[in-house]
Amino acid sequence: MKNHRSPQEVNAGSMADIAFLLLIFFLVTTSIENDAGLNRSLPPDVSDNIVDIKEKNLFEISINNADKIMAEDDIVDSKNLKEKVIAFIDNGGLSSESDKYCAYCKGNRLANSSENPDKAIVSIKTQRNSSYPVYVAVQNEVLGAYNFLRNRESLRLFNTTYEAMNAQYYNDEISENQKIELKERLEIIRALYPQKILEPETVNN
Amino acid sequence: MIKFNKYRSSKSLPPVSTASLPDIVFILLFFFMTVTVMKNQNLLVENTLPTATETEKLDKKDRVIEIYIGKPTTDGNANLGDEPRIQMDNKFITVDEVGDYALQALSSMPQHLRSVATVSIKADVEVKMGVIDDLKNQLRKVNLLKINYTTYEGAIVDNL
Repeated sequence: MKNHRSPQEVNAGSMADIAFLLLIFFLVTTSIENDAGLNRSLPPDVSDNIVDIKEKNLFEISINNADKIMAEDDIVDSKNLKEKVIAFIDNGGLSSESDKYCAYCKGNRLANSSENPDKAIVSIKTQRNSSYPVYVAVQNEVLGAYNFLRNRESLRLFNTTYEAMNAQYYNDEISENQKIELKERLEIIRALYPQKILEPETVNN
Repeated sequence: MIKFNKYRSSKSLPPVSTASLPDIVFILLFFFMTVTVMKNQNLLVENTLPTATETEKLDKKDRVIEIYIGKPTTDGNANLGDEPRIQMDNKFITVDEVGDYALQALSSMPQHLRSVATVSIKADVEVKMGVIDDLKNQLRKVNLLKINYTTYEGAIVDNL
């Protein structure tokens, strides 16, 4: 008569060792991703001259070799830069009779600052020995200013922030219709505050 | 009290059960498998990125061309000096070659992704703008205009 003994148990003691080996393998061969950054687009490589920018429509930021930041002929701290850029873009200096009048701007409407967000151009100049992190900081502040204004308009018109809509647009899980609707909304906001950032060639004297 | 001590005689302590150890290690393993990606390049340059707050995610790896800039790492190439170098495709290249290598990377992408290809510039905090400007001019020449200054998340005051 066969005895009904239970099957012998497999020894699981080495399982931990195997798992540890796998874990160490993954730790060594992989790296944690940090792929986020500031998206910018470069101007195309054609040298057509930009005509007729009024001086009041240009906000000049320069970074010198000693990493000092100058904006509008004055040394500024990076903390105040964003406010200044916002004030410049959102100025809306044209009078209300003009057809280019900026009705949604909430700026101070100064006569010597930008006429309309559509005309406002921010220029970032660097020298060869300026350091890259300072440049990134300036780019960050300028983009921050645009994002702030776009978020404000987006909240007013669509009750959601521009950044949230943008993030949702690149999400794969939304349907085609939603995508088209989001795209329309993004275009509207982008038209209100178009990003016009110039980076003139460095001239060394 | 005597009853309590009956099973705890000093000569036969029960062993700690290690049966759940594999489970713990597997949880760790799965955690690392999900949050990390395989390295496709060995870094030959130092690469501490600057910080920024207004970042956007660059999640789709298949349309990204990576360019690393920084001074050569000290291990193994001590004779290369301190000047920032550009690394693409696992080797050092000069600024003039950037366009060629970028086009090569672009041509290995599927057709439908070429128009949305983004160049991710991963430059070290010690890099000066001169190199970056040259690099940007090279990229403009080959009409790769979408770029991304890849950064860490963080306040910009750390940059200054």
